[in-house]
Amino acid sequence: MFSFVIRRVALLIPIFFGVTLVSFGFIRMLPGDPVAALAGERDMTPERHAEMMARLGLDKPAWEQYFDYVWKLLHGDFGTSVLTNRPVLDEFLELFPATLELGMAAMLLAIIIGLPIGIFAAIKRGTIYDQGIMGLSLIGYSMPIFWWGLLLIILFGGIWGLTPISGRISYLFDVETVTGFLLIDTLLSGEEGAFASAVHHMILPTIVLGTIPLAIIARQTRSAMLEVLSEDYVRTARAKGLSPLRVYGLHALRNAMITVITVIGLQVGTLMAGAILTETIFSWPGIGKWIIFSVFSRDYYAVQGGLVLIAMIIMSVNLVVDLLYGLINPRIMHTNS
Amino acid sequence: MKKTLIKAALTISLAVIASASFAAEKTLVFCSEGSPGGFNPSLHSAGTDFDASSQPIYNRLTEFEPGTTKVVPGLAESWTVTGGGTVYTFNLRKGVKWHSNKHFTPTRDFNADDILFSFNRQWKKDHPYHSVSGGKYLYFGWMDMGPALKSIEKVDDYTVKFTLNSPDAPFISNLAMDFASILSAEYADKMAAAGTKETVDNAPIGTGPFEFVSYKKDAVIRYKAFDAYWEGRPKIDKLIYAITTDATVRYQKLKAGECHIMPYPNAADLAAMEKDPNINLLRQEGLNVGYLGFNTSKPPFDNKIVRQALSMAIDKQAILDIVFKGSGSAAKNPIPPTMWSYNDNIVDYRYDPEIARRLLASAGIKNLKTDIWAMPVQRPYNPNARRMAELIQADWAKVGVTAEIKTFEWGEYRERIRAGEHESALLGWTGDNGDPDNFMFVLLGCAAAKSNVARWCNEEFDGLLRDAKKTSDQAERTVLYEKAQVIFKDEAPWFTIAHSVQFRPVRKEVLNFKIHPLGSHIFKYVDLK
Repeated sequence: MFSFVIRRVALLIPIFFGVTLVSFGFIRMLPGDPVAALAGERDMTPERHAEMMARLGLDKPAWEQYFDYVWKLLHGDFGTSVLTNRPVLDEFLELFPATLELGMAAMLLAIIIGLPIGIFAAIKRGTIYDQGIMGLSLIGYSMPIFWWGLLLIILFGGIWGLTPISGRISYLFDVETVTGFLLIDTLLSGEEGAFASAVHHMILPTIVLGTIPLAIIARQTRSAMLEVLSEDYVRTARAKGLSPLRVYGLHALRNAMITVITVIGLQVGTLMAGAILTETIFSWPGIGKWIIFSVFSRDYYAVQGGLVLIAMIIMSVNLVVDLLYGLINPRIMHTNS
Repeated sequence: MKKTLIKAALTISLAVIASASFAAEKTLVFCSEGSPGGFNPSLHSAGTDFDASSQPIYNRLTEFEPGTTKVVPGLAESWTVTGGGTVYTFNLRKGVKWHSNKHFTPTRDFNADDILFSFNRQWKKDHPYHSVSGGKYLYFGWMDMGPALKSIEKVDDYTVKFTLNSPDAPFISNLAMDFASILSAEYADKMAAAGTKETVDNAPIGTGPFEFVSYKKDAVIRYKAFDAYWEGRPKIDKLIYAITTDATVRYQKLKAGECHIMPYPNAADLAAMEKDPNINLLRQEGLNVGYLGFNTSKPPFDNKIVRQALSMAIDKQAILDIVFKGSGSAAKNPIPPTMWSYNDNIVDYRYDPEIARRLLASAGIKNLKTDIWAMPVQRPYNPNARRMAELIQADWAKVGVTAEIKTFEWGEYRERIRAGEHESALLGWTGDNGDPDNFMFVLLGCAAAKSNVARWCNEEFDGLLRDAKKTSDQAERTVLYEKAQVIFKDEAPWFTIAHSVQFRPVRKEVLNFKIHPLGSHIFKYVDLK
């Protein structure tokens, strides 16, 4: 087990350097620079431009900037935002709980609904239920997030008035930030109605962000279950006269879970990508919206620091998923060792 | 069904809480379009930054009268101009109180030390605060304040003297700009002593109508009315900026009553807003101009007849209808109609391809091949430069002129224009201080080599602008600028296209809100029904 973990962690090192290189290069490949973005159409003398670039440390050769960046990263310094002049890590940590909270809610929704309907579709293979569920999940998977979000806002928030339009909580509540997770902070604050307002504000963004992972989980659970259900041991289990619950729940599902957990793990990336759009539509103060704004304003340090932080999170989740495989299916751990 | 009932109950209970607190105190919610970079307007220079800092929190020596670009007294009660237009002496207002917060409780009123601190910080590189918070004083640089200033002296606690290197009448308008907001020197001293200088920029203390309460990045900014505000306490008690980046969502929030005022609506939503019984759609020409500049340093554009002919060959109304779709008004002068000294007697070139063709022939031009440069970005004064260029290309083809459309990345586009590579280029300008000098001298003056897209230098025109800089008498300046506009029109260095129209949808319960020509959102006089 120990060597398995070590090997998995060691694999992350080249990936980490790859990510630093891509994040560093990506933002610099875009036309313009942070000083020009600040200036807009206004004239700026080349001297003033050069002075400001130098002040930001952007006058040095690219390789020097890159090594400086990596050196600082290794010392836990993610840089300072050009725009706000605040440490990138501080900004990230301030906004990340909002993304995590929404992401977890969306994931929970996707699993709670996706898993059972996937199993159900597999059991009812070929029936109208199966076709209906798979048809719907295909629609869900193909749904453009921006359009889907706006549609829900206009219907539920605008026309029917059932949900708030956007934001994380009603402006009537000024809840003190303790954990950054609003559902917890509202409970801690003891303000009447604050928790309900936070939950109320979460409904639509959770649905929008959870739709694609839900569709993927449902489809993958179905196909994994179908594969397992055709195995001999399942037939044996049935022949033994076990109850359907034991056959599907214990024998089939446990084996199907390998695929399903991989898929759930991979959804973290999908959630991050979805968060960019979902947060923009719902004015959700998370890192997706922040990264996009930083790209637009060519805030090099915020983009490269933010991307590395996001990549680190995705890598950690994948690592956990890798380790979970080992626990669920010890064969994987042994094969690798 | 049960779920629906629960949702409905939840919505109603929240609505009740909302209406109850509306009754208790007046809360104005502004659905702002983005997060500010910070709360010091000399450091953070986007419109979003100004809306969040200079307008609610601070004051300036002079102010713009809301809804106009007229300069009125602010923290300076009055001023005199002597020394041939180079010495400005300001008499400061007495009894102006500072805000307080958990870091700071003021022990004195506003005085001359605060003026010195606010300007010297931006101007003097050796000022202890100059490099704090990144030290990017962009507007101070753009307005050429450094080279303009000779000295700033404190005569006594309530008198300050600014001496300039040369007469510069627009200086008084520059002082009303957001970057010239006045910060507390006492607060700065206290934070310097505590070793937390950046607090001055993050936890702002001003003399303005609203006190800063809290900011949650990308979510909300909260302010409360400042009881001791020198112009009188604002009528609303709480001011909330609900940060909502998407324009469609802002509109939904406005419709649902989740906010009272929203900036920058989508053009596609304007018609529906107009019909909405709960919304007033305010409109005003923006302080900007979009134009096609002819490069007068290259033949045949050095010939005025050719420029006039090409201007007459373009169907301006078609551009307004197709590109602006109702969000622009035709421009005939280089300055917008909301600006003082706008010469309304000027007659624009009429669209007449026949005369244009004859004029070109008279100038000896046949089968002219040229280029039209189209900006790669969207701007209020030009929502779609590529489309605009295509329309102009088609119009010119009708008079025998073949034009190729060229475009570059935005930075390169401007760089190449500065180098004079273009023959004609689409560009525009948004005003800074509401002074005509800020359009005409900056964009068409002989000294403005780099921002003068037309590379046009007319001595008579330039002389009028220079004279207008020297006198601070607005009536006298108006006459000079009006004359300058006549020369401009006759010489036609630009084909003036449009001024964008700003729209602000506002809920009906909002009173006294005015669109500001400079684009700022000012809430100090706003009330709610």
